[in-house]
Amino acid sequence: MSAKKSAQKESLLALANVESFYGPIMAIRGVSLSVPPHGMTAVLGANGAGKTTILKTISGIMEPAKGQILFQGEAIGGADPSFVARQGIAHVPEGREVFPFLSVRDNLRMGAYIRRDKEAIGGDLERVHAYFPILKRRADQPAGHLSGGEQQMLAIARGLMARPKLLLLDEPSLGLSPLLMKEIFDIIRRVNGEEGVAILLVEQNAPMALRTARYGYVLENGRIVLDDSCERLSRHADIRDFYLGGGEVGERGERRWKRRKSWG
Amino acid sequence: MTSWTDRLFAAIWRGLILFAALGVLAPFLLYATGAMDAMRLGFYIQQLVSGAAIGCVYAMVALGIVLIYKATETINFAQGDLLMVGAFLSFTTIGIFGLPYALGALLAVAAAFLFGILCERAVIRPLVGEPAFSIVMVTIGLGFFLRALVGLTPGWGTDTFTIPTPFTDHTVQLGPAIISQNHAAIILLTMALCGALYLFFAKTKIGVAMQAVSENQLAAHYMGIPVKNLFTLIWGLSAAVAGVAGLLLAPIAFVHSQMGFIVFKALPAAVLGGFASLPGAIVGGLIVGIAEALAGFYLPQGFKDVAAYALLLIVLIVKPEGIFGESGMKKV
Ligand SMILES: Nc1ncnc2c1ncn2[C@@H]1O[C@H](COP(=O)(O)OP(=O)(O)OP(=O)(O)O)[C@@H](O)[C@H]1O
Ligand SMILES: [Mg+2]
Repeated sequence: MSAKKSAQKESLLALANVESFYGPIMAIRGVSLSVPPHGMTAVLGANGAGKTTILKTISGIMEPAKGQILFQGEAIGGADPSFVARQGIAHVPEGREVFPFLSVRDNLRMGAYIRRDKEAIGGDLERVHAYFPILKRRADQPAGHLSGGEQQMLAIARGLMARPKLLLLDEPSLGLSPLLMKEIFDIIRRVNGEEGVAILLVEQNAPMALRTARYGYVLENGRIVLDDSCERLSRHADIRDFYLGGGEVGERGERRWKRRKSWG
Repeated sequence: MTSWTDRLFAAIWRGLILFAALGVLAPFLLYATGAMDAMRLGFYIQQLVSGAAIGCVYAMVALGIVLIYKATETINFAQGDLLMVGAFLSFTTIGIFGLPYALGALLAVAAAFLFGILCERAVIRPLVGEPAFSIVMVTIGLGFFLRALVGLTPGWGTDTFTIPTPFTDHTVQLGPAIISQNHAAIILLTMALCGALYLFFAKTKIGVAMQAVSENQLAAHYMGIPVKNLFTLIWGLSAAVAGVAGLLLAPIAFVHSQMGFIVFKALPAAVLGGFASLPGAIVGGLIVGIAEALAGFYLPQGFKDVAAYALLLIVLIVKPEGIFGESGMKKV
């Protein structure tokens, strides 16, 4: 217990027994997890497990009914989303959520809304253009005219424009071709490795997530049922059986957690 | 594949546009062929310009309605009463305090801006999360309240007033027509305001953020944009635009506590423009104003007052998405 407490102190983000509701429906129950500074942590789980709910609760879109959320040792549970964003948490939401009629450039500008350092913003714009050259070529087009994969790149780039300490990524692989998915995960690794941005990654694509992150939590019905280093998780018998079935890595989309099982 | 009804409506639509263009141009053609004398043409041009001027006022009220609608999905029926308050503020700074026109106008518009913020904070903000319908009802109530408030304010009351302007009683010659400077000032200032608003929305961070909030509120939250505060600012901006409209309307229509009913001309203008488009609102307002002028010129008395709704009815039947409503592109 005390070891866990100190781990919470050292972590950048720590959730303790967090519970969130949609009306009367409890979507996550007693969730505790942590992300170390500069670390990359994954949350795995099936449809409706509560992954998105965890991220929404962290970024202040939802108010936790119970539990504590600490970011850099400060309680942020139930705070206003704009306050959370200004503490250094950027949320790349599920389904991209770009501003469709704004130009790509203005979308990126809105990513940096909370910042005042104009010159550094210009530098960061070049940085995300280096990651995603297509965004530079399409700078003047409305974001709604980008393809789904390009919109995903824009969503990630927009998150980076906040220059966050922690990046929340909600299913960045959703709907991407295998090639593009590999490209995006390479960039996620670089953002984490070269720039030291801590990442909390929510994924259904377990193989990709386990290869990318260092530590993983498995979520089922709003509860964390398993957590371990990604290396050990990928050797875990149940995970191997149900999340890493041979050869199907590429064809996500159709193959979203066909089989279900309880870990006890 | 488009169905035959779509094609039929498209054809009728093109016919109507042709008919409208003919209606506007006919007197010029008649004059060119010698069938109309210069005096009659001059009268027509005056009607057209004064229609465009009143159309500019409709346009500004419609613009405020659309601004608020796009951001908060609420229809503000009190927008005309914000114009009325704006006109009384101008009357106060210029007419009562006797400040120079430009300074008084600036102060009045700034006060209208603050008044819009006050309205949002006091009346709308507490209702966030309530059904849109309730909020619309509340804006109707706000309109009643504002009319009563102005009626009870010492120095304002239920009388009619005028505001002295540097344009009043001056005219400019435009070909065979004599144009009142009041009308010219309305048109030019509306154009300037539209330019300023365009720059504001396209170039400033807060302007782009207002668009962002209108397009995807959830994503705006994720970006750390203070969404509620922007709603307040949008109300302030709408009220300021209504204030400008009130200031410009005052010299041609008197200042009185019932002048807010102009909203019933601005609403069809907003619908004509597609209701979700700022340029659409402007053009919608101009079209209503000019249609009224044409009705006044060609048709017997009385048609002028129903022109806006007759036009709206026709457009809604033939092109339900409004003149500028985009049916193709939807929000992602
Ligand atoms: N707006 C909502 N209103 C009511 N219930 C909701 C709402 N959003 C999610 N839920 C419920 O909360 C639970 C968790 O949803 P959540 O979106 O967090 O799942 P998820 O793990 O992100 O799933 P997916 O992988 O499909 O995105 C689900 O049972 C879902 O039905
Ligand atoms: Mg989800």
